[in-house]
Amino acid sequence: MHETVAAESVLRSIQEHAQRLHARPIRAVISCGQFNALNEELMQFAFETAAAGTICEGMVIQIRQIPLRAVCSRCRKTFDLKLMEPFCPQCRGEDFEIQPDAPLILEEIEFEDQQ
Amino acid sequence: MKVSLNQRILSRNEKAAAENRAFFQSQKILCLNLISSPGAGKTALLERTIQDLKGQLAIGVIEGDIETDNDARRIQAVGARAFQIETKGACHLSAEQVQDALRKIEAQTLDLIFIENVGNLVCPSAFDLGESGRVVILSVPEGDDKPAKYPGTFAGASVVLINKIDLLNYVGFNLRRVLADLHTVNPKAPVFQISAATGEGMDAWYGWLRQHLEKNRP
Repeated sequence: MHETVAAESVLRSIQEHAQRLHARPIRAVISCGQFNALNEELMQFAFETAAAGTICEGMVIQIRQIPLRAVCSRCRKTFDLKLMEPFCPQCRGEDFEIQPDAPLILEEIEFEDQQ
Repeated sequence: MKVSLNQRILSRNEKAAAENRAFFQSQKILCLNLISSPGAGKTALLERTIQDLKGQLAIGVIEGDIETDNDARRIQAVGARAFQIETKGACHLSAEQVQDALRKIEAQTLDLIFIENVGNLVCPSAFDLGESGRVVILSVPEGDDKPAKYPGTFAGASVVLINKIDLLNYVGFNLRRVLADLHTVNPKAPVFQISAATGEGMDAWYGWLRQHLEKNRP
């Protein structure tokens, strides 16, 4: 459940933005890589728990999974790497360099429209 | 109204990890992060390793557990410095907790530091502690499907230890399948078959440690 730590950190950030904008947040988008992947359901649950009683209560948290990227050493193609099918989809080469995994990023916050 | 951001969520952990990494490099310390399921034999591995190498190396251990200081006491009993972090519910160690522990064990006087992470094959792999390398341990009684089920954890390993190899003939464990899956997800990491209980295969593990300690101090 590393989602708990991520949820608490995201909550703090969203609260800061909400205070600055004087607006009520309703939705946030978070992206993650493959080695630090967040489970959307667990993240929603962890966030709801952390956000109870705050301006963020009731928000929807969406997770965008970023695939792991690799560069083929033979044909130089950059491709999405599946860990259990580790070969280049273009030349079937098995020698490749894995690119750094995507970090956890708070990408977007949507706020309620104000009248 | 939508606000676009590009804010790193674990930036505090990333900052502390970078500081730890710089410390290990400047002090020429080899720091290894041990990741496995509960009961795979991390502490037993460390007990045996310390007993066999403590005459040649100054070894320290940072222990992570949800509750109790049992593991730190086991390590101290075999003659190494140990500091226990009780995470009180958290399923992994953070770089900041390690930073604090490094001060407490006076890490600058050590050659080799093991961080025994909380027993968990998933969460610890998401948290960089600034370590020099990751040791992922899989024990025979856990079953032969773990590398296929948790590929991300095994893909991040610098070395994989298959522990309790002395039990191979007593439980259904398809060693060939495990080696093939490990090769698929991480062809670069060496794999050693060991038993921390009987000592089988431990010399190959010590050989790997020595090689990396030497690489660390040219």
